[in-house]
Amino acid sequence: MLEIRNLHVAIEDGSKKILNGLDLTIHNGEVAAIMGPNGSGKSTLSYVIAGKPDYEILDGEILLDGENLLEMEADARAAAGVFLAFQYPLEIPGVATMTFLKAAMNAQSRARGEGELKTPDFMRRVKLGAEKLGIPQEMLRRGLNVGFSGGEKKRMEILQMALLEPSIGILDETDSGLDIDALKIVSEGVNALRSADRSFLVITHYQRLLNYIVPDTVHVMSKGRIVKTGGKELALELEANGYADYVSDVAA
Amino acid sequence: MVAVKETVEQVKELDVDQYKYGFSTDLEVDKAPKGLSEDIVRFISAKKGEPEWMLEWRLDAYRRWLTMTEPNWARVHYPKIDFNDSYYYAAPKKNAAPKTLDEVDPAILDAYKKLGIPLREQEILAGVQTSKVAVDAVFDSVSVVTTFKEELKKAGVIFCSISEAIKEHPELVRKYLGSVVPVTDNYYATLNCAVFTDGSFVYIPEGVRCPMELSTYFRINEKNTGQFERTLIIAEKGSYVSYLEGCTAPQRDENQLHAAVVELVTMDDAEIKYSTVQNWYPGDADGKGGIYNFVTKRGDCRGANSKISWTQVETGSAITWKYPSCILRGDNSRGEFYSIAVSNGMQQVDSGTKMIHLGKNTTSRIISKGISAGRSQNTYRGQVSAHRKASNARNFTNCDSLLIGEQCGAHTVPYLESKNASAVFEHEATTSKISEEQMFYCRQRGLSAEEATALIVNGFVKDVLQQLPMEFAVEAQKLISISLEGSVG
Repeated sequence: MLEIRNLHVAIEDGSKKILNGLDLTIHNGEVAAIMGPNGSGKSTLSYVIAGKPDYEILDGEILLDGENLLEMEADARAAAGVFLAFQYPLEIPGVATMTFLKAAMNAQSRARGEGELKTPDFMRRVKLGAEKLGIPQEMLRRGLNVGFSGGEKKRMEILQMALLEPSIGILDETDSGLDIDALKIVSEGVNALRSADRSFLVITHYQRLLNYIVPDTVHVMSKGRIVKTGGKELALELEANGYADYVSDVAA
Repeated sequence: MVAVKETVEQVKELDVDQYKYGFSTDLEVDKAPKGLSEDIVRFISAKKGEPEWMLEWRLDAYRRWLTMTEPNWARVHYPKIDFNDSYYYAAPKKNAAPKTLDEVDPAILDAYKKLGIPLREQEILAGVQTSKVAVDAVFDSVSVVTTFKEELKKAGVIFCSISEAIKEHPELVRKYLGSVVPVTDNYYATLNCAVFTDGSFVYIPEGVRCPMELSTYFRINEKNTGQFERTLIIAEKGSYVSYLEGCTAPQRDENQLHAAVVELVTMDDAEIKYSTVQNWYPGDADGKGGIYNFVTKRGDCRGANSKISWTQVETGSAITWKYPSCILRGDNSRGEFYSIAVSNGMQQVDSGTKMIHLGKNTTSRIISKGISAGRSQNTYRGQVSAHRKASNARNFTNCDSLLIGEQCGAHTVPYLESKNASAVFEHEATTSKISEEQMFYCRQRGLSAEEATALIVNGFVKDVLQQLPMEFAVEAQKLISISLEGSVG
């Protein structure tokens, strides 16, 4: 279970406050969607949960299964079960995708005090996961994300999520830059990972993604807070009416 | 990735001090009196039991050296060297002239064992190494042992110390010594000619492919002692040899000078692959101590279709001043230079290559990867030139710099000179930083800061590491990560 309480966050140099007392609880097995206009702080929220260093936490707490994430480095949070699918995945030239995947999986199992994967087991899991997402073997030998198309990068993020088996998967605008076919593949990949003990935080501008990844709860974010919470029908309402109601509510 | 994991574990095992070869060995030594003079030159020559012609050659070099001035064009800074404040000869006493390994001082064998260099052939054969490597071990001013000599002899290959070669193969030494790097080439090379003490000699006869890797392991042990290594490798028509040199030194507060000269000669259709893993003591974090590594390395592709390939991994030394070069004299000859230069702390590197195209259809390729961290300065300096007769000369240069942190510097100084209209030179250069974003991405996947840096750096240097013989590539990868220890916070 992920619990965020009264979270206040500014950009590191203190110039701008982005999250203003955000509260959010995501239960095990739940898929929560966060929607909101540009600049409402959605991506910042995902970075702060994952432990990006550029932010200053002014107040509040983030607990994952009771553990305080804010006291951990980003790699410790990853080992604790946080996975962030980046909106813009980074390129690591010269590091074969396969090499990167193995380094990440082994780092996490070591951090959890588990033994490392045997190479044949690792290869089998990667091969299987890649096939499901339509990722050709050849891509796994190339430098991580180097020369990948937007769709390929997003699929690679989902493959990493599948292999790392997080307890919470955060998807930061995973639908951006995807055509409808890629969107379906990615969504199927995410849906296959849904389980009773894994939750998701899906950040998106558009309702379209939520036709494929059907959320349990939908939260509207504006000016660094959750201003409305509802079921999946709330997404449809937003699609029809826009964010104007919620944004002005807060402003008033 | 296994290597990355090992690297990280190895880094963790290290003490605060990162340099793991910093131990010194206590031995009784036979030293020349301190300082430099004609008498010292005579002393060295006499210690080596050299013939008269060799002494004359040295004295001539010494007299010329006195008239020369130290070069100052490199982007390195250091206090003026007092050449009289150093010892020019130091040899372990018990090791006058060992015939077999059993006669070598066990303390020296131990030192090499600690460095991971097995010298006993049966240990090498029984050991973990996948392929055989013959080693010439040079300790301060003398070669203490050369392994697999007999087996190499069967193939007609001569592999011995240069001191031995001067006595046993004077006709070859006289013919080639100084023929690639002339006596008056430059200040440090001339000094080397006067006072060189030991190094390796390799002769590969016509048509022979050397049956194993050859390597020389240089160790500076004594305080206040300069090491002046001299290496000469000759590959006759159609022959091939792969040679590797490694270097380490104890941690000392004062600076020590290492001024080497390496000469390579390839005849028609011959190939020499020369690899260096240089890990001299780099000094401490504040720049105290460390080796001044002022080295002249040059290969002469004398024959048609011959090839010389330099691969270097430079992680050590307080100052590195080194430009392994190729003279592409034979038609269709090829020169290659692959370099990884890592600088951390207060290290200064000014390194690169020269590709001198003289013959027709000569080609050269330069791949240089510089990594700067800490407060270090890292300069690539390279010259590519085509002579009037070098029709269709081709060069490709790729020069990438990676910066880690905010206080280091990377510089690229290419010199291009073409006197032939058909020559084509290409030059690519990039400078990049390990971005915060890349680091965060890796750490989000569970990698620690050290692991993430090691991974990104390994990716950056991959093209060059691939050029090293397998056994050494893994070592080099570890070394690079260790050298960068403490560069990420």
